[in-house]
Amino acid sequence: MWAMVAKEFRQLRRDRRTVAMMIVLPVVLLVVFGYAANFDVHDIPTVVVGPGARQAAASLRPPFHVTDVAPAAGESAARSKLQDGQAVVAVVTGGTDVDVLMDGTQLFSVQTAEGALAKLSASTRAAGVAAPPVRQQILYNPRLTTSWVMVPGLAGLILVFVGTLITSLGVVRERQTGTLEQLAVMPLRARDVIAGKIAPYLMVAAVDLTAIVLIGMGLFGVPFTGNVATFALGAALFLLVTLGMGVLISTVSQNQGQAIQLAFMIMLPQVLLSGLIFPVTSMAAGVRWISYVLPLTYFIQISRGVMLKATPISALGQPLGLLALLAVVVLGLAIFRFRRDLAPSGRRSRDAKPRDRGSEAVAA
Amino acid sequence: MTWGLENVRVGFGHRIALDGVTVPAGPASVTVVVGGDGAGKSTCLKTLVGLVRPQAGSVRRPAKERIGYVPATAGLYADLTVQQNLDFSASAYRLPAGQRGQREQQLLERTGLAGVRRRLGGQLSGGMQRKLAVALALLHAPDLLVLDEPTTGVDPVSRAELWRLISAAAAQGTAVVVATTYVNEAARAASVVLLEAGKALASGSPDAILRGVPGVVGTAAHRGGGGRPDPLSWRRGVGWRVWAPDGELPAGVERAAPDFDDAVVVAELAAKAGR
Repeated sequence: MWAMVAKEFRQLRRDRRTVAMMIVLPVVLLVVFGYAANFDVHDIPTVVVGPGARQAAASLRPPFHVTDVAPAAGESAARSKLQDGQAVVAVVTGGTDVDVLMDGTQLFSVQTAEGALAKLSASTRAAGVAAPPVRQQILYNPRLTTSWVMVPGLAGLILVFVGTLITSLGVVRERQTGTLEQLAVMPLRARDVIAGKIAPYLMVAAVDLTAIVLIGMGLFGVPFTGNVATFALGAALFLLVTLGMGVLISTVSQNQGQAIQLAFMIMLPQVLLSGLIFPVTSMAAGVRWISYVLPLTYFIQISRGVMLKATPISALGQPLGLLALLAVVVLGLAIFRFRRDLAPSGRRSRDAKPRDRGSEAVAA
Repeated sequence: MTWGLENVRVGFGHRIALDGVTVPAGPASVTVVVGGDGAGKSTCLKTLVGLVRPQAGSVRRPAKERIGYVPATAGLYADLTVQQNLDFSASAYRLPAGQRGQREQQLLERTGLAGVRRRLGGQLSGGMQRKLAVALALLHAPDLLVLDEPTTGVDPVSRAELWRLISAAAAQGTAVVVATTYVNEAARAASVVLLEAGKALASGSPDAILRGVPGVVGTAAHRGGGGRPDPLSWRRGVGWRVWAPDGELPAGVERAAPDFDDAVVVAELAAKAGR
């Protein structure tokens, strides 16, 4: 037994990245997740419309955060703001009642808003102030069904786990079996190899995602109210980033063990930091920025928006654009990193001095 | 056009892997790089195909499309069949669809793999894998064929078949560079580079290397010719060979005409002795 123990320790000592991940990763994850795990909502973006907008806005206290007061606007404008994700609560004044519309896809925000509204109305009554009756209406997910909110995001999360893990082994497997050397001498460009590595998985993942969404709709009764093409565009960009991240991991890993560890490091934060469970706005500012570099954060905005709220593509420009930007960055890095593997003769030996330069003539 | 390395130096960190090595690779000829483990053979070949950049010296090689390379690991996809491996190489080298079938069939027949085209690469014997690897490298009829120990661990019959393939490629005009640990394989090359610890101990045609053996070589029944143990002797078959750098063999040692095996050993002994 001691022979095995000694051997394992010796091997472990050589794989410093594994040791670092075993020791550092748990601490980092605990700190990050600890600050991210927060159900308390302190900030609810709210718009107030109608003739009595200014007065109503003045009476609102935190957690309501009035982002827009539009006395000239009506209910349709308020609904648009909710549909486009610019607000979670919309207060519509001007009628006999004050209508409070709430975005049912934001479970915790709506629950917090309901509590705050009840307190506000109780304090108004206690103060003996005459106020018009308030009529609350929850849009898009009237019963606040958890599965309606979770399924669009879970579909993405499942693809993160399957896609990132599978592609993370792609290049590193070629490295370990020795076929990478063969690829390097073949007349292949780095971008062709990366595209070739991703394309088959992109197709399989697209089928997979479609199946997951359809099953989710069938089993949990999740509606699909929006445009399928918008959803498909968002899904394609999201899958491209997710699979590209896997390939990027693969290009920076020396063996399959390292690739899997790195893949988990990318995958785990997406469970808790993407807004799937905890609202991104409730996270501590120190960890919130991580949410904004995770593709699942944007996919969730798109999938919930399109499926539950029929959000139009014009209102999803930001998440779609950021996913496209992430795709360019991730795939660009993967190609840049992989080019070193494919064309090592293009770079100088590690310790070569400036004067150390052999000439290489390649015939056309 | 002649390809090859000229006075090339390659270093990894503080370790010098190749030091002033020249390897010619002329069309229609076979150059063999021979040496023991860690001599620098693989580095030599990797530098030639562009996998390693030299710190000094010059490398001349054709464009990637015109190079065929078999790494020491064979470079096959174990989870693809023989046919699928061929198809991938044909696509990667953009072999015209009209030529593919005929060329693949020709190579499969010449390598004796026609009957196993549906077998997975990983299920082939070591010799078959090597033959398939060479077939893949030959598929696009390259101008420069570079083979890293294609015959290591291969049975004598398969080795002969592999060399038939290599010779046939050279006969058709390909410049072939082969690394090997088997000295007898070097004897059939047009040009030989004998590597030891990153340096070329001898190079030229096998005949030229033989002619250049310094001192004299003799045969003896016992080590050192029966006298005191001599570090300049080595076992050969049932007897011993003795090298006398100064031309004076010990008593009881018969002078013999050195063959290529002797030339290689003498070159290494001479290098160690600093001659």
